[in-house]
Amino acid sequence: MDAFRDFLDMGGYAVWVWSAYGISALSLIGMLVWSVRTLKARQKEFDVLKNSRG
Amino acid sequence: MHRFANPTQFMRIANAIYPWVAGVAILCFLFGLPIALITSPADYQQGNTVRILYLHVPAAVLAEMIYYAMAAGSAAYLIWRHPMANLVAKASAPMGAMFTALCLICGMLWGEPMWGTFWVWDARLTSTLIMFFFYLGYLALGDAFEDPERGDRASAILALVGVVNVPIIKFSVNWWNTLHQPASLSLTKSNMSGDMLLPLFLMMGAYAAFYVTVLIIRVRSELLAAKIRNARMSQIAAMPQMAE
Repeated sequence: MDAFRDFLDMGGYAVWVWSAYGISALSLIGMLVWSVRTLKARQKEFDVLKNSRG
Repeated sequence: MHRFANPTQFMRIANAIYPWVAGVAILCFLFGLPIALITSPADYQQGNTVRILYLHVPAAVLAEMIYYAMAAGSAAYLIWRHPMANLVAKASAPMGAMFTALCLICGMLWGEPMWGTFWVWDARLTSTLIMFFFYLGYLALGDAFEDPERGDRASAILALVGVVNVPIIKFSVNWWNTLHQPASLSLTKSNMSGDMLLPLFLMMGAYAAFYVTVLIIRVRSELLAAKIRNARMSQIAAMPQMAE
């Protein structure tokens, strides 16, 4: 348990280290989710257009 | 190179490498993160803040590499009218902006505890901030025209103007005095211990593979947007009576 607390504490630099890792993780996940969603939305839009033309 | 100018050809290659780069990204994160956060040693001077290095340096490297890719794509688009080159540049720009922002943010979160300040207006930080503005300018300019082709050409020219700034970022720590430390790595030698090099390379690999993976998704998306535009155009052209 102490080892885990030490890990979270990061030798007293917890604020800096964990915010850097947190912000980076959120940005990369956000970029991935946004890109996949845009692709799916456009695929849908394109399918609708194609079907409407018969 | 002209082989890649054909969208079908390009997407065939992209789809073939897609599962591999996605797998490499996942593996590198899976191994890199625990090593970066747990098993790699704390620095004897900087303590655990050195773990920010494994995010800051890969973000910086990717930010610069993506800028070169974006500029090369823009050049190919302006010179040979390669539409695929333009799509690669367009799909890269948001990721380049993201990595530049992450490089700056992680750098600030490292600078405050180690230098005693979030920011100094030195050459390294300022030229990186300028690259960030070039990315934003590229993204904004592309959407600023009613004719998408004019927007694409304007932003491609801006990307080429900004490319002179990128080597300045790299050499700034050698040319001017600064708080920022010079490069610890070069092709020929390293001033870093192997314990720190391993997580650094894994995280670089993870970021690079992430970029290629998301790039393929975004290029697919850009191709669809072009197809949607064409379909709309032909729809409008097919019913002239509606125009009145």
